[in-house]
Amino acid sequence: METKNATMVTIVAERLLRDRLVEKIRALGAKGFTLTEVQGEGSRGWQAHEFEGPSVKIETLVRAEVAEKIVEAVAKYFEHHAVIVYLTDAKVVRVRKF
Amino acid sequence: MSPAEILATNLLSPVVLAFGLGVAATLVRSDLEFPEPLYQSLSIYLLLAIGLKGGAALSVTPLTVFVGPAAVTVLLGLVTPLTAFAVLRAALRMDRINAGALAAHYGSVSAVTFLAAVSFGEATGVPIEGFMPALVALLEVPAIVVGLLLARGAHARPGEGEGSGSWAHALHEVITGKSILLLVGGVAMGWIAGKERMTPVEPFFVAGFQGALTLFLLEMGLVAARRLRDLKEAGLLLVAFGTLVPVVHGVLGVWAGTVAGLSEGGAAVLGTLVASASYIAAPAAVRIALPEAKPSLYLTASLGITFPFNLVLGIPVYFALASIFGG
Repeated sequence: METKNATMVTIVAERLLRDRLVEKIRALGAKGFTLTEVQGEGSRGWQAHEFEGPSVKIETLVRAEVAEKIVEAVAKYFEHHAVIVYLTDAKVVRVRKF
Repeated sequence: MSPAEILATNLLSPVVLAFGLGVAATLVRSDLEFPEPLYQSLSIYLLLAIGLKGGAALSVTPLTVFVGPAAVTVLLGLVTPLTAFAVLRAALRMDRINAGALAAHYGSVSAVTFLAAVSFGEATGVPIEGFMPALVALLEVPAIVVGLLLARGAHARPGEGEGSGSWAHALHEVITGKSILLLVGGVAMGWIAGKERMTPVEPFFVAGFQGALTLFLLEMGLVAARRLRDLKEAGLLLVAFGTLVPVVHGVLGVWAGTVAGLSEGGAAVLGTLVASASYIAAPAAVRIALPEAKPSLYLTASLGITFPFNLVLGIPVYFALASIFGG
C-alpha cells in the first residue's frame, strides 16, 4: 500500500496538563489523538503523580506544520511543569485522515 | 482526665495508630501501596458521609445558632492566610510566590484532620455540634483565594492564559473540585432530606465510617512519610513554621469559637479546623494558579509537618484549650 509522510507528536506530561493539552492540539489541527496513562520519572524529580494521578502520554499524527505549532504551544509549559514533547517521522496510509 | 491520659487516648486510637502503621510501612520500604481507585473511593465516601451528617444536623439547627459560628469561620478563613503570609515573609524571608502558596494552604482546611478531631471528641466523651462539617466547607475556599491574591499581588491578571497560572481555571478547580462538591453537595442533601429520611443510608454512611477513616489514615501515613524525604531540604525554619503557626491559629480558632457561642467540643474542633493545613484543595488550586511555587515546600509543610503534628499533639491541645476558655 502506498504510504505518505506524517509527523508523530508525542507529549508526556503531568496529569494536571491533560485537558489543556488535548484542547490545544485539537485547536491546532490534530484530528485525533491517543491518550495513555504512564509512569516514570523526569529531570524534575518531583513526582506529581503522587497527588494528581498518573502522568499522561498524548500521541497524535499530524502534518509537519501542525506538529511545529504543537511543539510551540507545549513549550509554554516547559518552565513550570513536568512535560516533554518530541517528534518522530512516520509513514501513514490514508494521509488525508491526519 | 490528666494531660497524660488525654494524650494517650489520642495516641492509642485506631485512627492515629493506622497513620503510624502507614509511616512505618514507608520507612521500612514495604510494598504496601494504596491503589489509586481505593484512595479515590475512600475519599469520596468520607467527604460525602461528613457532608450528609452535617447537613442532617443543620436541618434541625435554628439559623440563629449557626450564623455566629459561620460568620466567625469565614472571618478566620480570611485572616489566617494573612498571618501565615506575614510570618513567612518576615521570619522566613520567603519569596512572595511561595509565601502566598503556603498561606493558601494554612488558611484552608484539612478534612481528615477535622475527622480525627471529631473522633477524639467521641473518644473522650466531649459532645460536638453536628453542623461542624458545614463550617469545614465554609473555611475551605476563602483562604485559597486570599493566598493566591497575596502571591500574585498587583500582578494579578484575571483570565491569564496558558503557561503561567490562570485565575479563572484555579477558581473553577477549587469550587468544583471534588472536596467542595462532595462536602457542600452532601450538606445540601442532608439538609434537604432532613434527619429522618437519612435513616435508610445510615448503616452504610455511619456504621462504616470509622473503619473507612482508619483505612484512609493508613494511606495518609504512607503519603506523609514519603514527604519526610523532603524535610532536610525544607529546613528547621519550615518545621518551626509548620508547628507554631498552627498552634497560633488553633488558639485563635478555639477562642473565636468560644466567643461565637460554640460548645467546648465545637470550639475545640473549630480550633483544629483553623490550625489544619489543606493538602487536597489548596495544592490543586496552587498548582494551577502558581505553577512556579514549589510543591516540595507546600506539600512537605502541610502534609509532612502540620498534619502529623495536629494529629498527634495539636488536637489534644486544642481540646484542652477549649476546656480552659469555656470554663
